[in-house]
Amino acid sequence: MSAPALRIVLAEDGVLLREGLVGLLARFGHRVVAAVGDAHALHAAVADHPPDIVITDVRMPPGQTDEGLRAAVALRERRPGLPVLVLSQYVQRSYAAQLLDSGTGTGVGYLLKDRISQVEEFVAAVAAVAAGGTVVDPEVVRRLLGRRRDPLERLTPREREVLALIAEGRSNAAICRALVLSEAAVGKHIGNILMKLDLPPAEETHRRVLAVLRFLGA
Amino acid sequence: MSGGTAGVWRELTRPAFLRSSLPWRAAGYLLASGTAGLLLCAALLVTAVTAGVLAAVLVGLPLLAALALVGLPFAAWERWLLRAVRLYDAIPGAGPHQVPSRPGLPAWLRLRYREQATWRELGFAVLAAFVLWPVELVVVGCALAVPGYLIAALPLLLADGDQVNVLKLWQVHSPLVAAALTLAGVVALALAAYPLTAVAAGRAALAGTVLAPAGQELRIGELVSSRARLVDAFEAERRRIERDLHDGAQQRLVALAMALGLARLDAEPDSELASRLADAHRQADHVLAELRELINGIHPQVLTDHGLPDACADAADRSPVPVEVAFELTGRLPAAVESAGYFAVSEALTNLAKHSGARSARIHGHHARGLLVIEVLDDGRGGADPALGTGLTGLADRVAVVDGVLTLSSPPGGPTVLRMEIPCTPIATAA
Repeated sequence: MSAPALRIVLAEDGVLLREGLVGLLARFGHRVVAAVGDAHALHAAVADHPPDIVITDVRMPPGQTDEGLRAAVALRERRPGLPVLVLSQYVQRSYAAQLLDSGTGTGVGYLLKDRISQVEEFVAAVAAVAAGGTVVDPEVVRRLLGRRRDPLERLTPREREVLALIAEGRSNAAICRALVLSEAAVGKHIGNILMKLDLPPAEETHRRVLAVLRFLGA
Repeated sequence: MSGGTAGVWRELTRPAFLRSSLPWRAAGYLLASGTAGLLLCAALLVTAVTAGVLAAVLVGLPLLAALALVGLPFAAWERWLLRAVRLYDAIPGAGPHQVPSRPGLPAWLRLRYREQATWRELGFAVLAAFVLWPVELVVVGCALAVPGYLIAALPLLLADGDQVNVLKLWQVHSPLVAAALTLAGVVALALAAYPLTAVAAGRAALAGTVLAPAGQELRIGELVSSRARLVDAFEAERRRIERDLHDGAQQRLVALAMALGLARLDAEPDSELASRLADAHRQADHVLAELRELINGIHPQVLTDHGLPDACADAADRSPVPVEVAFELTGRLPAAVESAGYFAVSEALTNLAKHSGARSARIHGHHARGLLVIEVLDDGRGGADPALGTGLTGLADRVAVVDGVLTLSSPPGGPTVLRMEIPCTPIATAA
């Protein structure tokens, strides 16, 4: 894992977890330039130390509701390209959809806090979001797969699997490995998905994000 | 007479009585209640005659039945008047009537015709319309008009310059006599204030005694408000437990799982330590997932953050049966209502997944005319019966605590429609 060192602003009100995350990210060569405990401080920290990525909790003081999520959306309204990874205790589609709808729809992630414990995968997700990727927690994706929604009705089971992996933020190569398929087969599936979801050719990464958004049914 | 007017009687004996606002309030009270009684009398006579004539062709019968309810608005006006003039201490804001256990006009009518208070109020309305108002208007008329005429003697004479006709009884030419009459008028006004106030206090005591809730009615009012307090307390407790688990156990568990994840990086690959750490790690992740579901079951955060539609959509996501969700709400609803609605929907979805055999379901919610209506429809086999204890009674109880009603239509072969109706008003939100 030789991802470039990232400058990170971290917002998490639990001290234990905050310190743990700082240590964890440092171990992989990233630098947490500011670690704060509430949404106000997050806004200030992003202004003072322009980061490569913001990692924030959903629930934070003072209201102990979705302050972190709203701060993330507000930050992306001001700087649409700012990569933000939101950590949450909730497997809820509406939170993920709200976040993905913000800014340009690129460089966003919504992960359950449980995912931090899979240390390497977590750090890979941080790098993916910082690089402009989209990452949605596998648990949220899994739940949505159980539902049949109109635009997805037309997808074959295999195509739905591929779309789920795209939503998890995997690259084509990673999808090949996960499903034991050839690169060409994955490419064909993705082409079919984009066609069936009425996403005409445009800038490549953007269409993938739109497909994920369609998938979340925001 | 009654404890409700004791304050007024005490005031009457005090020297400061004449300087207080009490005589004026008493006069206002008699004037207002007398006028209202007169109007009521006219309205009742016209309606009764019309109804009597129409009774021959049966149209008049419902009109006569409706006439029995005339006491309701009249009593409400009387109670308002009593509170406004502050002559009767113990008149509560809520009347003696119960809230119907189900919405709709038929239920309301059934309850009202059965309530003792309805007939008590009708009796009072009839009394006010045919007996009380002449007395009231005569008393207030004499107490104000006679001294008023006397007082007016001097100003009228000065304006006219020649003569003034006092009380149509005698003509006065001399300013001196007129001044004396004016002075007498002021004294008479002060003296008249006493009987005026006494009559008003008696009238207030009578109205208060008849129209205030008593006995059982009072107790039901208390029970309703104590139930509402209990629901609120229960709701607050739920949130507290959820918050404690979220900020405490859940945070620590995440930190623990993270520490285990880091430890695994340091362990020799394929060593016994590595496999034990992997095992511990798996278990920690399991506990985290279970705790997450538990916390969501106690109180879903999305309900607090985004309200009922989003919370129901998330409950639908969780359901193994595909569920379509559509809500039409203008704003957030009171927390207790959102909570009752959400938990009822989520239990309905659980039932549906377990028993209905449905292939798809639909949740539809809207708010109109003070009523939140949520329907859960499925295309299953139907035949759901509350008597079989499939959790339907528990569901009805959830809705009942916020004065809501649950109805179920589930013919064998389906479809099943579960309908909740909860009276409430949306809260205006800034967002």
